[in-house]
Amino acid sequence: MSNAERTQKIAFFFIFLAAFLIVVPVGLIVAIIIQKGLPAITWQFLTDVPRQGMRAGGIFPAIVGTVYLVIGAIIFALPIGVMAAIYLSEYARDNFLTRMIKLAIVNLAGVPSVVYGLFGLALFVVFFKFGASILSGSLTLGIMILPIIITTSREALESVPHSFREASCSLGASKWQTVRYIILPNSIAGILTGTILGIGRAAGETAPILFTVAAFYLPQLPQSIFDQAMALPYHLYVISTQVPNVDEKIRYGTALVLLALVLFMNLVAIIIRYKFRKQKKW
Amino acid sequence: MVEIVVKELDIWFGAVHALRGVNMEIASKEILSIIGPASSGKTTFLRTLNRLNELDVTFKMKGSVELTGLDIKKIEAEHLRKKVGMVFALPLPLPLSIFDNVAYGPKVHGVKNKQKQQEIVEKALKQAYLWDEVKDRLGTSAFKLSGGQQQRLCIARTLAVEPEVILFDEPCSGLDPISTAKVEEAMLMLKANYTLILVTNNVKQAARVGDKTAFFLSGELIEIDRTDKMFTTPHDKRTDDYIRGKFG
Repeated sequence: MSNAERTQKIAFFFIFLAAFLIVVPVGLIVAIIIQKGLPAITWQFLTDVPRQGMRAGGIFPAIVGTVYLVIGAIIFALPIGVMAAIYLSEYARDNFLTRMIKLAIVNLAGVPSVVYGLFGLALFVVFFKFGASILSGSLTLGIMILPIIITTSREALESVPHSFREASCSLGASKWQTVRYIILPNSIAGILTGTILGIGRAAGETAPILFTVAAFYLPQLPQSIFDQAMALPYHLYVISTQVPNVDEKIRYGTALVLLALVLFMNLVAIIIRYKFRKQKKW
Repeated sequence: MVEIVVKELDIWFGAVHALRGVNMEIASKEILSIIGPASSGKTTFLRTLNRLNELDVTFKMKGSVELTGLDIKKIEAEHLRKKVGMVFALPLPLPLSIFDNVAYGPKVHGVKNKQKQQEIVEKALKQAYLWDEVKDRLGTSAFKLSGGQQQRLCIARTLAVEPEVILFDEPCSGLDPISTAKVEEAMLMLKANYTLILVTNNVKQAARVGDKTAFFLSGELIEIDRTDKMFTTPHDKRTDDYIRGKFG
């Protein structure tokens, strides 16, 4: 075996190892959570309120709370994110303002989540007087996932060939008509990818909801968007660190439900995206 | 009758001086062929007439272009492009069905009535000699058509907005000889009702279909004359050389 060949084999081995190492933690996380959490999953666990100081009963309010928060965050972030992306990709000229907006988006993506929590507390809870509520939490999560949605939407819009814009304009369509009828319909798949990433992030974060919405223990369901709510990631944190003697399987069961919930919401978005991809005509 | 008057037209893209002092008159209901080697400014000239160059942010222009006596800068771009349609070098259907491709123009200009849309689509497809080939599958994607059919679809799409002038930017560069002949046949028929401007790399095509021919070189208009004269007794030696295939 020549020297070059040997070096190549060694290099290939390490590259493959690095790639394979990504699979290991994912596999282990899923395996451990399923193995330890599955015994806890019963009908009662999914549909009952927590009992005996959260050491028994179910986690239904936390599931509902998380679903509300994710939907709220998407309702807020998706339209604003997509509109901002359209502005940046179709209308914005390369000037100081545009560069500032782009810089702000990059920075927004880099802000630690606990800072979002404090920001949400100061702005929505205190200044706008929304209190600790689903509204405050959704808005805080929404701002957190905005950069994800803007960035992926922009990529999706810009991946529509430039020639379609020319063809549409050459027929006398306005810029907005071109966006509305040609560009948006052909970038929905990419926009949904951003939404999927946003859902996962919004559902899983603890810090942004810590001060803005999450209730330590609230055995009834929220009645309006101005109510506090329990949420799965915060509930998991509470029963893991704040409440002594919680059965391990309840903790892992909660984690499993959170994981399954995110997967399920992603699945819905993936199916919609698949449908749109199939329609793609070029 | 004169349809378009171009006066002292200068165009830059950033630092590149793409057109230099072009003066031209284009008569209505005629075919003007524009020939010239690559990057001589033919396409830039064409895209000035429907203000499509303005999509490029580095575009700068001096001089004036008048369409039936009106400065095109004073006409709203959307309205101008309705009057001055364009067929591109490569067939460029929109990612829509055959029907919606043709109906797209009328729709964006406010034709909402389905019955009316159908009439326009049928008429435009017939004018572009495509109706018989596609009438049974108007709902399928335009990308299912062959290259030549797609190009005729693009012509139909342009006709559907009822322009006065149609710009052809090397419309046959990607087509086989039979499809080319069909497109040329369509152009000759359209001459009765429209003013056509054809940019082409194919000197023979210019000779076949053009009433007049213009020769561009390095951003300058070297010569414009009746096609028969241009191809027999050109004034400028460079025109003669290009037509005979000595360069370019």
